[in-house]
Amino acid sequence: MIRIPCPFCGTRDHSEFSYGGDGSIKYPALDAPMEDWHDAVFQRENICGRQVETWHHVNGCRMWLLVERDTMTHEIHSVRPAHPDMAQALEVTA
Amino acid sequence: MTRFSAWNVFWQGMSGQKGWSRQWRDPEPKPHYDVVIIGGGLHGLATAYYLAKNHGIHNIAVLEKGWIGGGNAGRNTTIVRSNYTQPGNREFYEHSLKLWEELSHELNYNVMFSQRSHITLLHSPGAIDAASRNYNIMRLTGNDDAEIWSLERLKEAAPHLNYDATARFPIMGAAVHKRAGTARHDAVIWGYARAADQLGIDIIQNCEVTGITRDGSRVTGVETSRGRISTYKLGLAVAGSSSRLWSLAGMRHLPIESHKLQAFVSEPLKPLLDQVVVFGMGGAHFYISQSDKGGMVFGGDLDWYKSYAQKGNLPIVQDVAEAAMSVLPCLGRVRLLRHWSGVVDMSMDGSHFISKTPLDNLYLNAGWNYGGFKATPASGTYFADLIANDRPHRVVANHDLKRFERGIQLDERGAGPDPKLHG
Repeated sequence: MIRIPCPFCGTRDHSEFSYGGDGSIKYPALDAPMEDWHDAVFQRENICGRQVETWHHVNGCRMWLLVERDTMTHEIHSVRPAHPDMAQALEVTA
Repeated sequence: MTRFSAWNVFWQGMSGQKGWSRQWRDPEPKPHYDVVIIGGGLHGLATAYYLAKNHGIHNIAVLEKGWIGGGNAGRNTTIVRSNYTQPGNREFYEHSLKLWEELSHELNYNVMFSQRSHITLLHSPGAIDAASRNYNIMRLTGNDDAEIWSLERLKEAAPHLNYDATARFPIMGAAVHKRAGTARHDAVIWGYARAADQLGIDIIQNCEVTGITRDGSRVTGVETSRGRISTYKLGLAVAGSSSRLWSLAGMRHLPIESHKLQAFVSEPLKPLLDQVVVFGMGGAHFYISQSDKGGMVFGGDLDWYKSYAQKGNLPIVQDVAEAAMSVLPCLGRVRLLRHWSGVVDMSMDGSHFISKTPLDNLYLNAGWNYGGFKATPASGTYFADLIANDRPHRVVANHDLKRFERGIQLDERGAGPDPKLHG
């Protein structure tokens, strides 16, 4: 079991979460060329080691998180809210 | 090398089993090969074998980081079937099944291919309609063993399933693929290794590739833990490690994510289940068969997050155990013998790649999702054909890396471009 420290709920089992995917993907503008969309939707670096990925705390606070995790050891290095404004708001209250 | 035959088995029995020779050589790597295949798994060895047999290329090395049969070749649930519906996949897997039917003779090695049939349980009228459509596609494309069974017929063939009408998902019928079955995974890899070795191919174990050297858009050779090897053509057949080898060749992106898939085998039981049985309903996914030794071999979904670790997580063990209990309640007191996990390369549409690459003489065999074992003979045939002729065979014309650019997705499940969903 991976234990994920959710910034809203505390540390929980990964079975409470749903894995999203590669968190480094940035979707291009709607009118961007087809190649950019192809790369964003289909192409992956598939890192062996530390990567940033999205997880959805679907059986908890239902927030999307950006988790920095090692894909070989499953060690978690950092967790932050995926929504940038939410991350900022948390920093202010902290 | 001693050929296997009834006479030889008899003769060796009479002479103390002293006359058998080793099944394949253990050669030192040569400085140059015409073709180098990275990955001494089922697909790599099959590719080397068919390159020699079908295309007359014999100066080939198969490089394996560990020992052959130690990767996903030894980590699967040994199911062989061809119940696919997408154009390309249909022809590919049907060809593979036909090759399986002759494989023991072809390799002079008993791969214990047992066509015991593959039963997909159906739990609603809608599921029966959908399965009827799929299995009609199979019948219309040359696979006349596809059948839809009534509950009565199913009960006769597989009496121990949970037929309780009050089950959460009562069984209403089944889609049956009668030529499907299982084979002994070790025998398949040993058979291909032995047959490839006989054709002059060097199988080099404990040889890790640490670098791929290039001259512009051409691959010139590989750096390995056992020295540098130059080659005219390089093939990658490394399953879950495709992206890692891809980056060694100086490239970054593939339409692949590495995930891990767990499987299980129980203590040996007396004959209980004559077929491969598959249960898929809602969030549950489960497949089971009984090995010739009596062990119940089964598995379920992958671990739901990307991983390169060859170890599984416990929530999936629980999911699989729950599914086992709902399909075969008589397994409740059976003890688990072994449990393992393998890294699979999940592709963006659930179908594989047998493809040319941006480099002139680098070829890729990857993206096998859950289904690499059954594909072995056809994968070897078509990948060898691609490497020898430098153009894809008609059957794998859409199994290239550029299919998404052309708007083509070979998505059997209709799950969309999310690798973990293509179970």
